[in-house]
Amino acid sequence: MKKFLTHRLVWPIAALVALIAVNTISRPSFLSITMQNGQFYGSLIDILRNSAPLMLVALGMTLVIATRGIDLSVGAIMAVSGAVALTVIEASPDPGNIGVVFIAIAAAVGVALVLGVWNGFLVSVLGIQPIIATLVLMLAGRGVALLITGGFITTINSAPYKFIAGGYVLGLPFAFFVSIAAVITIAIVERRTALGMLTEAVGINPEASRLAGVRSRGIIWGAYIASGVLAGLAGILYSSNIMAADANAAGLYIELDAILAVVLGGTSLAGGKFSLAGTVVGVFTIQTLKSTITFLGVPPAVSPVFMAAAVLIVVLLQSRRFRAYFHTAGRSALRPLTRRSDAKVLS
Amino acid sequence: MSTVAPPLLEVRGATVRFGVESALADVGFRLRQGEVHSLMGENGAGKSTLIKAITGALRLDAGEILLEGREMRFSSPADAQAVGISTVYQEIDLLPNLTVAENISLGREPRRWGVIDHRAMRARAESALAALDLDVDPASVLSSHPLAVQQLVAIARAVSTDVKVLVLDEPTSSLDADEVAELFRVIRDLKAQGVAIVFVSHFLDQVYEICDRVTVLRGGRLVGEYGTRELLRIDLVEKMLGAAGEALAPLGLREVAPTAEGPSVISARGLASGDRLREADLDIAEGEVIGVAGLLGSGRSELARALTGIDRPTAGDVLLDGEPVRLDTPREAIRSRVAYSSENRRTEGVIGDLSVLDNITLALQAQQGIFHRIGTARRRELALSWVEALHIRPSDIDRPVSTLSGGNQQKVLLARLLALSPRLIVLDEPTRGIDVGAKAEIQRLVGELSDNGLSIVYISAELDEVLRVAHLVAVMRDGVLAQIVPAAHLTSDALLALVAKPDSADSGDRG
Amino acid sequence: MVTLTEDRRSAASPTGSYRRFLSRHISWVPVFAAVAILVVMIAGAMWYFPNFQLNRILSSILLDNAYLLVLAVGMTFVILTGGIDLSVGAVMAFTGILCAKMLGDGVPVAVAIPAMVLIGAAIGLLIGVLVQFFDVQPFIASLVGMFLARGLAFVVSLESIKVENEGLLWLQSTRFSFAGWYITPTGIIALLTVAIAAFVLRYTRFGRTVYAVGGNEQSARLMGLPVVRAKLSVYVISGVCAGLAGIVLTAYSGAGYPLNGVGTELDTIAAVVIGGTLLTGGSGFVIGSMIGVFVYGLIRTIISFSGAEQSWTRITVGALLLLFVVVQRVIVSRSALSR
Repeated sequence: MKKFLTHRLVWPIAALVALIAVNTISRPSFLSITMQNGQFYGSLIDILRNSAPLMLVALGMTLVIATRGIDLSVGAIMAVSGAVALTVIEASPDPGNIGVVFIAIAAAVGVALVLGVWNGFLVSVLGIQPIIATLVLMLAGRGVALLITGGFITTINSAPYKFIAGGYVLGLPFAFFVSIAAVITIAIVERRTALGMLTEAVGINPEASRLAGVRSRGIIWGAYIASGVLAGLAGILYSSNIMAADANAAGLYIELDAILAVVLGGTSLAGGKFSLAGTVVGVFTIQTLKSTITFLGVPPAVSPVFMAAAVLIVVLLQSRRFRAYFHTAGRSALRPLTRRSDAKVLS
Repeated sequence: MSTVAPPLLEVRGATVRFGVESALADVGFRLRQGEVHSLMGENGAGKSTLIKAITGALRLDAGEILLEGREMRFSSPADAQAVGISTVYQEIDLLPNLTVAENISLGREPRRWGVIDHRAMRARAESALAALDLDVDPASVLSSHPLAVQQLVAIARAVSTDVKVLVLDEPTSSLDADEVAELFRVIRDLKAQGVAIVFVSHFLDQVYEICDRVTVLRGGRLVGEYGTRELLRIDLVEKMLGAAGEALAPLGLREVAPTAEGPSVISARGLASGDRLREADLDIAEGEVIGVAGLLGSGRSELARALTGIDRPTAGDVLLDGEPVRLDTPREAIRSRVAYSSENRRTEGVIGDLSVLDNITLALQAQQGIFHRIGTARRRELALSWVEALHIRPSDIDRPVSTLSGGNQQKVLLARLLALSPRLIVLDEPTRGIDVGAKAEIQRLVGELSDNGLSIVYISAELDEVLRVAHLVAVMRDGVLAQIVPAAHLTSDALLALVAKPDSADSGDRG
Repeated sequence: MVTLTEDRRSAASPTGSYRRFLSRHISWVPVFAAVAILVVMIAGAMWYFPNFQLNRILSSILLDNAYLLVLAVGMTFVILTGGIDLSVGAVMAFTGILCAKMLGDGVPVAVAIPAMVLIGAAIGLLIGVLVQFFDVQPFIASLVGMFLARGLAFVVSLESIKVENEGLLWLQSTRFSFAGWYITPTGIIALLTVAIAAFVLRYTRFGRTVYAVGGNEQSARLMGLPVVRAKLSVYVISGVCAGLAGIVLTAYSGAGYPLNGVGTELDTIAAVVIGGTLLTGGSGFVIGSMIGVFVYGLIRTIISFSGAEQSWTRITVGALLLLFVVVQRVIVSRSALSR
């Protein structure tokens, strides 16, 4: 039983379940799923669809965080990706052509890949701190996106492109399948190959890993490339949703949501061991939370307060000190934690 | 030779429990004024726990601490410092980004009208440094000085307050012979001034040289307190280990004739790297153990790192089986079956948060590449076999390596390298910070490995150890591999003479 | 005594005194670099643009960026301890709009202004407590603060609120001129903040503790320094500065606006880093951060002068930040090698 309780997914899942329960109690229709024209509808379905961009970005963020890094530029990459795709489509004489759409997507993802390579270069080759390295792109990226769209919000009319965010396959949103595909692909790559274990080693101790012959630089670089590509895909989903390239709004604050999802899922910001399943749970939790807030009639602008409260609760629960207060009343909690090795003994 | 003077510092019945385990059980300790007292014991004996209690970093669950007869209750290191108990930790807990003067006065900066008086601070630092006869620029940033100087600054800091008890925790681990001599001079000065000094160290020679008394702990309990003049080394080791100290007996392996014939597995010609390694020529045959001896800064580690791809050599060639190779990265070295074990075991060696299993299989997996994942069953089998072969305790391979003792961590690191089936391994200070029992084990392992045909380069600051394990000894002086001598009939004094031989070309050149 | 300490002896020679200078003032080198960049930019701008009058431009940079300067001071404290505060932009917006609302409801200025500062301090305290007592990473903890403040700003009002209060507007509308230079009370507030902060950091024990914590927190703790208090305090200081910046910004724009300060925390961090403070902590000066703010402001001015789109500002700041960071990295790795 104890092992069950201390499994690192328990708390994130419990939080999600609690959230769903709260929702269901206040609006029983929350759990209902109806079928119309061969497509499923309902709050749960909305969550599955709307969480797709965040899922992609959060997956990439998990990998980056595992290498002890962070990628603050994902929102900006989303904006650039959307801008590129829509500019290609808009410039084409036949926007409805599937071939054009494919080219647009390829171009957008290609640019996102280059940006990921850039981030990875700064961090793994030049050794710049990840916060700063990705901060640069975060600052400059939106400016670049604005330049691509010429300062306007480009809109297009293209059925195939609209399908990406709005279409259904087998009754479920296509976007959901995109995120599932991403989850499965990354899970296979990380766990079926040795990449996962090596990434964790690099994240915990890059130098020792290097001495052991691990390709630290390549692994770190790869994580940022993955993050960039995933952000590019997310950018396409986002722009497909609004059928526009809004350089200022695309992916605004999504890096924060993604980091929160990763942390909620149990991966530590300090790097090392990571949990893709945890991130998935974290993403759904955040999305459900947003849905809850909207349902409560809170103006979306105010929703950050609730996000703050939610993060606060989770983070406190995860905090060792907090748990210590409740588990061992008295001396252990009061003994000063002078060295890190002591901290292990206390919990 | 019992003194009548009452102890300056006394600990009675000290008990500290961590959960179910007792780190200290009913331990007593007495320290007299003007005495240099060593605290000795294996890892896990409770030395650091006792030190933490004395210096206010830990609270006792039972027992009391008396200073000059008055009972003390410390709730933080600041309390202990306030009554005159100062500590200089092994990791030199000073602030590298602040100046020497600031470090000396930190927390007690002289103030004028409520505001820090930088000039007075510098003056105070100058006098503190002068009191120890140290020539350091007080306005310089601490990180601009080598570790040995930083340590002396730490002592100057302790001394600039009214220190009654000075605790030195492994002060000589990173010092060379000259620096140790300097430190001992300072210690003797302090002793003459009436300061009581607690000297925690693994180096038996140094303990016997500088200490008056010794307190031995074992398994969290007090074994006894003795005068160094009355206690034989062999008895001391016996008390620490609780068994006949076979550890000190020579391994008796080195009587085998040195392998002068036999083609070289690896050779170096004119190898140089960075500032520290200027020139090294070396030949290592199969199954040969080359010990590397030299002062700190003589280029020992640099030689190791240049030979194994950790640092890129700036000049010279490395030859494998007579063919020149470029070993520019650890990966390339490992591919050529050359492996390196860093002297910084915790930061560059084992990965603490990963399990024993992951640590052992790490290099092998890295070598095989990302796409050829070693199956779980195979990994466990591999790890378990190494745990058994090297007697790694505890034998649970899913435990994080950080929970193992230093000696067992080193064995895990060794297992990782050996799993690569290397031809040459370079061990840099493999027994540093490890208790006597584990030391002997590792040295014995080295002998077995060499018998099985593995070539080994063994670096150690302890000349005895080098002589014990090596066929040949390479003497490093000032970045140059000066000479290679057979170990068979060399005494440690003779080796010391070789290592310390002053070179005419290098006076005042580097610290 | 062997050559453990050769500083004094070699001090006479030129390389010796250079090395001694470096060993004493290594932390100032990045700041000098920032000053150099500023000078080069000013020189370039003066040469390129015909009506670029130095005194007017610098004065207007201070005017336009006084809020950023105040924020940068607070951020410097936090970054010196190795932390980071992402909430400052949101807190600034929150206190700004709350101030506007209070003034609009008739609360006297003398009450409103301290209240803003206190609220900023409270949010800072929350973040500090999370970081210090609950081991939450500064990134996450300040995110909580940011979300909280941003949401609360919208709770106060979904739209901007104009300020009519004479007292507050006086801070911005008054100008003291001298020989082509001018300054407003908001500018004075900003400069005073810098001066007080510089003094505290150099001449008080608290200030030295801040540097110590950034250098090696564990050592500082073992030395018995009040580490906990210092780590809490820097976030409170950052919050206070954010509150102050809210007042300054509201006075400057004449209104409170809940969407103010989006992305400002990044500008602040960029200014601080460009100004020579190392993100790893333990090294940096508020004077440097002030230089960083001026560099930022100058970039904005030059871009608007040249008629290019405003989005180039962010791109240029990003590029400059990158340049600085790369150079910092080279210097740091060079000095580590020579040890």
